[in-house]
Amino acid sequence: MTTPLELVCPAGTPAGLRTAVDAGAHSVYCGYRDETNARNFPGLNFDRAEMKEAAAYTHEHGAKILIALNTFMRAGCTDLWKRGVDDAVAAGADALILADVGLVDYARKTYPKQRLHLSVQAAAATPEAIAFYRDRFGIARVVLPRVLTVEEIARLTAQAAPCETEVFVFGGLCVMAEGRCMLSSYATGKSPNMTGVCSPPSHVSYREESDALVACVGGFTVERFERGEAAGYPTLCKGRFEADGAVSHLFEDPVSLNAVELLPRLAEIGVTAFKIEGRQRGRAYISTVVRAFRKAIDTMAVGGKVDYDELRSLTEGQRDTVGAYKKAWR
Amino acid sequence: MNTTPRLSLTLGPVLYNWPKPRWIDFYSRIADEAPVDRVCIGEVVCSKRKPFIDEVILDLVDRLERGGKEVVYSTLALPTNKREIRDIGDVIQAGYMIEANDIATVHLLNGRSHIVGPFINVYNEDTLGLHLKLGASRVCLPPELPFESIRTMAAGNNAVEVFAFGRPPLALSARCYAARSANMTKDSCQFVCEAHSDGMDVSTLDGVPFLAVNGIQTQGYVVTAAVNHVAALREAGVVALRLSPQTCDMVRVVRIFRDLADGSTTPHEAIEALTVLHLPGPLSDGFLRGLPGCTADVD
Repeated sequence: MTTPLELVCPAGTPAGLRTAVDAGAHSVYCGYRDETNARNFPGLNFDRAEMKEAAAYTHEHGAKILIALNTFMRAGCTDLWKRGVDDAVAAGADALILADVGLVDYARKTYPKQRLHLSVQAAAATPEAIAFYRDRFGIARVVLPRVLTVEEIARLTAQAAPCETEVFVFGGLCVMAEGRCMLSSYATGKSPNMTGVCSPPSHVSYREESDALVACVGGFTVERFERGEAAGYPTLCKGRFEADGAVSHLFEDPVSLNAVELLPRLAEIGVTAFKIEGRQRGRAYISTVVRAFRKAIDTMAVGGKVDYDELRSLTEGQRDTVGAYKKAWR
Repeated sequence: MNTTPRLSLTLGPVLYNWPKPRWIDFYSRIADEAPVDRVCIGEVVCSKRKPFIDEVILDLVDRLERGGKEVVYSTLALPTNKREIRDIGDVIQAGYMIEANDIATVHLLNGRSHIVGPFINVYNEDTLGLHLKLGASRVCLPPELPFESIRTMAAGNNAVEVFAFGRPPLALSARCYAARSANMTKDSCQFVCEAHSDGMDVSTLDGVPFLAVNGIQTQGYVVTAAVNHVAALREAGVVALRLSPQTCDMVRVVRIFRDLADGSTTPHEAIEALTVLHLPGPLSDGFLRGLPGCTADVD
């Protein structure tokens, strides 16, 4: 291994950002408090002053701050997103994470030297798609969709160079190609691409039945928890549905991504950065997960033996999966 | 005087795995009978279905062209492997007018004139303008866009097409849900998707119809019908309407939209005429109205 791996960690709030930096994040990613970023939840994200302070704190501690403006600009209101780019550059962002090619074009033309990353929301899943953004807009890194196998990631990483690749290793798992999913928009009118939310809490409701708790999104029943069963958050694509006479978790079981066992292979094939999902997570969770992954990366860097059990225990009580990284998932 | 250009009609690609005889009959009948300006042909959803189409496509393209239709080759929406990319390169080389449904295809086209399909994220005037500069002559917008956005984007470029009929495409995945629901994987699917010519209906646990699965694609259960917005879309500068094939009488659907576009039928009559067809779900214009796309009525 030549370059050390970069651990990219979520920062949903200023306090969360400090937690992630203190726990050993090489980079943190965060967004402004509006629909310009794909985690547009109440209580999350940064105002302009907080972002400047966050950048200062991150830099003082030798880490990098990546600012996400990764929704798609609303027609007639593109200034909101462009102002976001202007302010993120002024705040000292080490990179901007963008999805909308129109906004990529603006950022590149206005700030020729600014480092730009391509968000997973742009769903660049082939060497040709990456080449499109790299050759035309000088994208320095692409965050790969969670729909690829490890071998596909290896091929992509080789062909993307000098553009770097970043992959999700832990946290939420989108089963649909990211940025190309309108399920939430269909059920609730609120969409990841346009509003920065998926299955939003404002459209989630619960109904008590005699023997169960029924969870609905946009009025559609997506899960039925028997008494005593742990009730997870109802995300549309992880719900139980009926098709062809059978009831099942048709799209995906309620699992989260945990690719710890693939870390050495991902490092070997030249992936630059490992990303942890979860800007909506609490500080205790962030601290534990970031520390554990940082320790694993540092251990790998000196050729040591990674304690996989410790990493696996992070999802204790929850079911996890290596997702599409293994081809049998498909 | 109405100076806006004539609204043209595009027949979108068949998104489902129709049995070959149905597929051939469908395009033959469209060639001979449907007053549609252009016809998209090609496999968009799953490359495993493509060999069946390759066997018959040349004859059908010829027939469609002799029937006076402009033929567009629609390419795969989620290419992931080398073979799929090579296949896209091959159809570009073959000289067809290409509809790109993934940014990789736009890259391969390298500035050659093409069409941008509804699977590429074009949500605003800046991104639309960029695609026009990259060689797009027309852009079919993603189905979730509300009318307000369409109006902003359609002004002054004669390039905007709107998804006006058919089950709305909602999502793509590396995983095949038709195979998964039959306890198989994508690689060993035995083409189970062929059993559902309008997609496999998906209901909630309490039996409320919700979605439809078409292999790796998820669609809405409803059937998009922009009937009440045709006049407004034309006034806004939209130049084409996309009609996405379902198993119902699509020649009739094309005629209804042609009459609507020409002002020779009313939206009310059009809704009545559509409702008597064998549609897989209720009519909806929720997305156009800025409402949830599942909104099962038209206004």
